[in-house]
Amino acid sequence: MTGVRITAWLEERIDLWPLRHFIQKKAIPVHRHTVWYYFGGMTLFLFGIQVATGILLTLYYRPSGEEAYESVQFIMTDVQFGWLVRSIHSWSANLMVLTMMMHLFSVYLTQAYRKPRELTWVTGMLLFGIVLCFGFSGYLLPWNVLSYFATKVGTEIAGQFPLVGQVLMRLLRGGDEVTGATVSRFYGFHIAILPATITVILGLHLFLVQKQGMSIPPAVERAHRGQPLKTMPFVPNFLLRDLFGWFVALGLLAALASLFPWELGQKADPFAPAPAGIRPEWYFVFMFQSLKYIPAKIGPFEGEVLGVLGFSLGGLFLLLVPFLDKRSASGEPSPLFRWIGIGIIAYIVIFTVFGYVAPAMK
Amino acid sequence: MRIVLRVACFGLLLAAAWLIRVPFAMAENACIDCHKALKDERLNRPAIKIKDDYHLARGLSCHNCHGGDPTALDNKAQAHSPAKGFLGKPKRRAIPEACGKCHSDPRYMRQFNPSIRTDQVKEYYTSVHGKRLREGDQKVAVCISCHDVHAIRAVKDQMAWTYPTNVAETCSRCHGNAEYMKAYKIPTDQFEKYKQSVHYEMLTKRADLASPTCSSCHGSHGAAPPGVDSVANVCSHCHVATAELFAKSPHKSAFADLGMPACVTCHSNHDITKPSDAMLGGGEGTPCATCHEAGSAPLKKAAELRTMIEGLSSRIDQATTILTKAERAGMEIGAPRFELIAATESLIKARSAIHSLEVGQIKAATDSGSIVAQKSLESGQGLLAEVQFRRKGLAASMLVIVAVLVGLFFKIRDVDRRGGPD
Repeated sequence: MTGVRITAWLEERIDLWPLRHFIQKKAIPVHRHTVWYYFGGMTLFLFGIQVATGILLTLYYRPSGEEAYESVQFIMTDVQFGWLVRSIHSWSANLMVLTMMMHLFSVYLTQAYRKPRELTWVTGMLLFGIVLCFGFSGYLLPWNVLSYFATKVGTEIAGQFPLVGQVLMRLLRGGDEVTGATVSRFYGFHIAILPATITVILGLHLFLVQKQGMSIPPAVERAHRGQPLKTMPFVPNFLLRDLFGWFVALGLLAALASLFPWELGQKADPFAPAPAGIRPEWYFVFMFQSLKYIPAKIGPFEGEVLGVLGFSLGGLFLLLVPFLDKRSASGEPSPLFRWIGIGIIAYIVIFTVFGYVAPAMK
Repeated sequence: MRIVLRVACFGLLLAAAWLIRVPFAMAENACIDCHKALKDERLNRPAIKIKDDYHLARGLSCHNCHGGDPTALDNKAQAHSPAKGFLGKPKRRAIPEACGKCHSDPRYMRQFNPSIRTDQVKEYYTSVHGKRLREGDQKVAVCISCHDVHAIRAVKDQMAWTYPTNVAETCSRCHGNAEYMKAYKIPTDQFEKYKQSVHYEMLTKRADLASPTCSSCHGSHGAAPPGVDSVANVCSHCHVATAELFAKSPHKSAFADLGMPACVTCHSNHDITKPSDAMLGGGEGTPCATCHEAGSAPLKKAAELRTMIEGLSSRIDQATTILTKAERAGMEIGAPRFELIAATESLIKARSAIHSLEVGQIKAATDSGSIVAQKSLESGQGLLAEVQFRRKGLAASMLVIVAVLVGLFFKIRDVDRRGGPD
């Protein structure tokens, strides 16, 4: 009864009809690729967890070279359920990158980026970049040995960019070296700049998704030519399924966080030698490993610069793919872009595996 | 026809090149060239070995030790002419002085290394080797016995017989040879024993070049066994704190009265193994029991000290085990592990204080260590309890989550039936 009264009270002041209409109308196409529709929502759910746990962590975290490690140690040992919050924040971050990648590549392979969803794809790619920035900046915050050296290497790679590299590196580091100043700076990126940016772009992305509805893969469309596709109402049928997935994720996070609490390691020591077998977080490993294989000099160019440029061009290609793939836009099959996509996935998988296996073989 | 001409020209060129080669490659030292070509191994070996010689690399050559004329190409008589100072093979007895011609001359040596020692020969004659050589014993070590001959290397060269890791083997070439040492009536098992010692392990396995080898205790050029009175001084050269504690202990004067060499009495000399708490107390085979009678007051005191030290040691082990277990369970153990270092330091202090035999000092160290170890142990136990708490919490939350999932499952079935996908 109360619900009805609140709705009535709101209805008097705001016109709720469009919202109600949207909820009633929103339907999800049902076909053999429907499963891929869940990954965007899953990523959004994990993002929500990041926001909630992240806010809790800011209550105790102190962003400076002198206190960062100790404050995380305090969170892990003395704060009530601090260990749980931090471990969930770290595990969820990793799961989120994973589901986001699955979302990205499922969208790519089902060619959902094609006209009229180019802008949805572009905002999605921007979100992908921002999330990687979240991962990179968050990794340094505990100020332990691994994060220190990963940041040193990572910012060095950023410094390889032609023309802007050195400025960019100094901007990221807050000086010439990775120091306590870098921690403060990364904290600023991590909890202010990046969240503000992601809020705007995520809002735009979600708005566009709702505005345009779910894309149906061209292959499915062609197969069902003339026949209407099965659908299910978003509320409640699809949303309940989403919820089911979210609770599974929640259970997984709880298990990971309590059975494998995120390690803190040793406090960063800028004067200590880099620990053996150092590597970045798994989602950067394929790039890190590729840079290792590139020779120091290729003709007159630095190998690493070319590598960094190559990855930038790869990113640019993905960003612009809706504008490049003309055949998909007109609803025709586009095997070239499909194979490029499969090639990119294979590359990432193979080089990530190399990154974990190759050092052991040396 | 043209091909034949070309081949002939090429052949001529090769022949010319071979002819021209000779003057360019003309020997800088006729001794080395001639001796290399000799069939007799005794005569060609020095010329072959000398390529690795430290002296050769610094411009000295055969004639600097053997005399003669190195420029007399193809003229054996002139090259070996006594008029040119040719000495032939120096007498073994004369070798220290021969080396000393340069090595005892500070003015000469300064040009190579201004801080180099020039008293080795003088020191050599204070050694057992040197004294016996003067007495006419030709078997004792002279310079070339330890520094090689014709392939003399600098001490810093890892291939040198005198490089720290090689010294023991160099000495054992004579001292480990029972046949060679027969006349001297001294043991020949020193090297075998030394190989079991903690010093050898540090030197060879952990590459700690500061760890002692033969020359560290016996001296190099002045090689002699340290006297009974000087053993403690020799060991204290490195083990400063232990030596100070021992100097204050009642053992010091007792050992001196009995003519027992200080450290060696309990730790032996060449086969010094890592000391263990088991060495303490009155049990069979313990150093204490070799002098003190069973059931005597000193042995009781030793047993008491051992109990103290073993108590602390086992408490530290216990705490370490528990903390490792907690760490494997994913707990953060940085702080208690750091604290435990203080307990380990107390244990080291207590073990070292054994040399003073002052019960109060040892007890103070073990007591303070025990308090810290106990605290770490309790922290570890607390962390393991926390692990259990987390597991139970996880199980409880899993129950809730599974219940929600089951509910959702039925709800989904229900809505699908009513208005799901058509």
